[in-house]
Amino acid sequence: MSDQYSNEPLMEMFLFETSQLLEQLEQNILSSEKESGFSEDSINEIFRIMHTIKGSSAMMLFDNIAKLAHSIEDLFFFIRKEKPEQIDLTVLSDLVLEGVDFIKTEVEKIKGSSPADGNAENLVVTIKNLLTELKRMNAAPAAAFTPIPSGDYAYKALIHFEEGCEMENIRAYTIIHNLKELSKEIYYIPEDIIDSDESINVIRKNGFQIYLKTDRDYRKMHEFFMQTIFLKDMELLQLEDTEFAQYNKPEITPEENLTKLSIGKEVSQVEKPVRTDQLEKEPTTTNTTQSIISVGVVKLDKLMDLVGEMVIAEAMVIQNPDLKGLQLSNFTKAANQLNKITSEIQDIVMSIRMVPLSATFIKMHRIVRDMCKKLDKDVHLEIIGEETEVDKNIIEHISDPLMHLVRNSVDHGIENTQERLEKGKSKSGTITLEAKNAGSDVLIIVRDDGKGLNKEKILKKARENNLLFKNEEDMTDKEIYNLILLPGFSTKEKVTEFSGRGVGMDVVTKNIEAVGGTLSVDSVAEKGTVITLKIPLTLAIIDGMNIKVGKSRYTIPTISIKESFRPKETEIIYDPDGNEMIMVRGECYAIRRLHELYKLKTNITKFSEGIIIMVEQDEKTVCVFADELLGQQQVVVKALPHYIQSFKRIRGLAGCTLLGDGSISLILDVARMFNR
Amino acid sequence: MAEIYNSLELEEDTQKDRYLTFVIGNECYGFEIKHVTEIIGIQAITEIPELPEYVKGIINLRGKIIPVMDVRLRFKQNPIEYNDRTCVIVVDVKEISIGFIVDRVAEVLSIPEADIVAPPQIHKGTGNKYIRKIGKVGNEVKLLLDCDMLLAEQEAVELSEVI
Repeated sequence: MSDQYSNEPLMEMFLFETSQLLEQLEQNILSSEKESGFSEDSINEIFRIMHTIKGSSAMMLFDNIAKLAHSIEDLFFFIRKEKPEQIDLTVLSDLVLEGVDFIKTEVEKIKGSSPADGNAENLVVTIKNLLTELKRMNAAPAAAFTPIPSGDYAYKALIHFEEGCEMENIRAYTIIHNLKELSKEIYYIPEDIIDSDESINVIRKNGFQIYLKTDRDYRKMHEFFMQTIFLKDMELLQLEDTEFAQYNKPEITPEENLTKLSIGKEVSQVEKPVRTDQLEKEPTTTNTTQSIISVGVVKLDKLMDLVGEMVIAEAMVIQNPDLKGLQLSNFTKAANQLNKITSEIQDIVMSIRMVPLSATFIKMHRIVRDMCKKLDKDVHLEIIGEETEVDKNIIEHISDPLMHLVRNSVDHGIENTQERLEKGKSKSGTITLEAKNAGSDVLIIVRDDGKGLNKEKILKKARENNLLFKNEEDMTDKEIYNLILLPGFSTKEKVTEFSGRGVGMDVVTKNIEAVGGTLSVDSVAEKGTVITLKIPLTLAIIDGMNIKVGKSRYTIPTISIKESFRPKETEIIYDPDGNEMIMVRGECYAIRRLHELYKLKTNITKFSEGIIIMVEQDEKTVCVFADELLGQQQVVVKALPHYIQSFKRIRGLAGCTLLGDGSISLILDVARMFNR
Repeated sequence: MAEIYNSLELEEDTQKDRYLTFVIGNECYGFEIKHVTEIIGIQAITEIPELPEYVKGIINLRGKIIPVMDVRLRFKQNPIEYNDRTCVIVVDVKEISIGFIVDRVAEVLSIPEADIVAPPQIHKGTGNKYIRKIGKVGNEVKLLLDCDMLLAEQEAVELSEVI
């Protein structure tokens, strides 16, 4: 269509819709493949999706997508109509998936505002060939139904309008009026649509029946009818000429032994974006779209920022230095009220941004399928807890690493069928993807029942690459396994298409750490490998304990603080290197003096004057020595400026935050305090 | 149409050849005015450990956190106490906002292109590479700084630190 349609919101809509449809399509094909056959429903759905994509991409002037979608649509139109029995299922699904991939890359290109210039010619040709092949193979049954191109077709259409759309008779008349241009003979019930008001009730009750003769084929006619405004339901039947004659004075609908294709409402669901609003009112489709609106992530981010600012502003007011030492009971009461409301708003805003992991998890099906094919393995993917919700930002960061992990599991972990049988394992391997909440973290576990990690190989490799940080004999199994997370480590001798470039685990670790998560590996030889990702629910606002060292202020996430205390000088133990340790309830912990670590000037260097904060992360505990505690506060995590970050990564700083008085506090990254 | 075009050009023109000059020690330096977003007085700086000496830390600029660099230290001159004339010039270069701490801000000057010459080709000391051009205003000389160089050079610093 014309250029004026290619404006921004429409484009956004197109991208959003198309990617959703593609995902749906992919799932559909995968599940069909699992059931080793396309059900009628899924064929209908694939047809519908392709039809929609064709329409909308043609509208947005992406001809290459439209062409491809059109060819797939043709293919499925044929399958739907003729129900051919001799279909090579894998070829078909491979083709469609290839098509999906093509459209996906194009959509990505469009998103990155580069021209969608991919060429799908080859694919289109392949699909067309398959269609011809199918037609040839199923020629016998097809001949009975495939109408001769130039002939006249007779149709019967039964149309129901939306309830409460009013003026049904006028609408019916519009259809007839439009039809007159297309068809040679038209009859309809009720006949007196314009003259009699009674016809409205008839149409409401029985629907509007049209019998017509035209040279358009079924699809064109179907398209024509689907464009009707306020259409709720439409049934289009193709009739034999003889039957048509009999309908010249139509009575009741007889049982058709024809190509009966009832197109329910859902068929028209996304056909034209403009119609969706009416469709949602339809009671037969019990989807919940009605109560859901989609909002741009940018807006949500903005809202999030504003809430963050509000939290700071609130702290600025309530902890205002001017109020110090004043007795203000009313003020305190009001402040508490305000505090309650802001924290509630915060929770809501957070929950808005929470997205279930299911979409990310389900994507893995496709990866597993493709890889099984290529590698000739039999792997079953099991998904548990996909409803677990995580902040949208975080999901974006973990989707790639997760893909890597699943690939690794299929490629390195699971043995091929023969090997499995020899080992007495079940024929097909299982990869379990599990998500669950654990406090303020989410655990994502990738488990496979493959051959497990080979300790010897890992150690050998680590030795070769100089990755060992302590004596081999002293290392626990877990420590050995975790060596594979180090940069430049890959035990796979052969580089395959999917993994083994030695960047995999390294990148995974980096990505997970970027969102403040951690990764751990465990494995039992011949039993399998378990990789656990621990990621925070959200990044933006945390509970923090503010501490002071000299003039500087730092914030420690409250979640990692175990306790704080002031030790006696006598409780401190010194080792020969001068390292300080402390004994607490029978356990010995190392002490880190913040002022030494960060070379800060402070007058408080004696343990008896300052305070020790015991922090724990990943089952490791350390005692941090600071001047004093300033108090607990919710803080909004802000990243350090890029310029600062571009100097080497600063040890032990996760970001910064604004305190109530407008000054900046640095947030300590507890996990990094251990590795010095 | 032509009018709009002209006014656009005018706006460009108001920034063209104009420099914000400031003083460090005895010398007068200048930034191209198009980079400068604002000038603020010195304020509380949060120090960040393990950074080069000349990066003083970060400041809170109305909710936005930006790094600040002491230009005096950047030029390897001796530090002086900050006073009420000390200013932070906030500059946007390549999407980085950064504050430059200078002894005092002088004025905004128009230096026509004709009065700008390339710096002499003597490479002694470190300061020279930050100076892109030299502007002549009457009898005085203004050293026009290259913002990019002030920032970009850190990779070399990083490298030398690693070694």
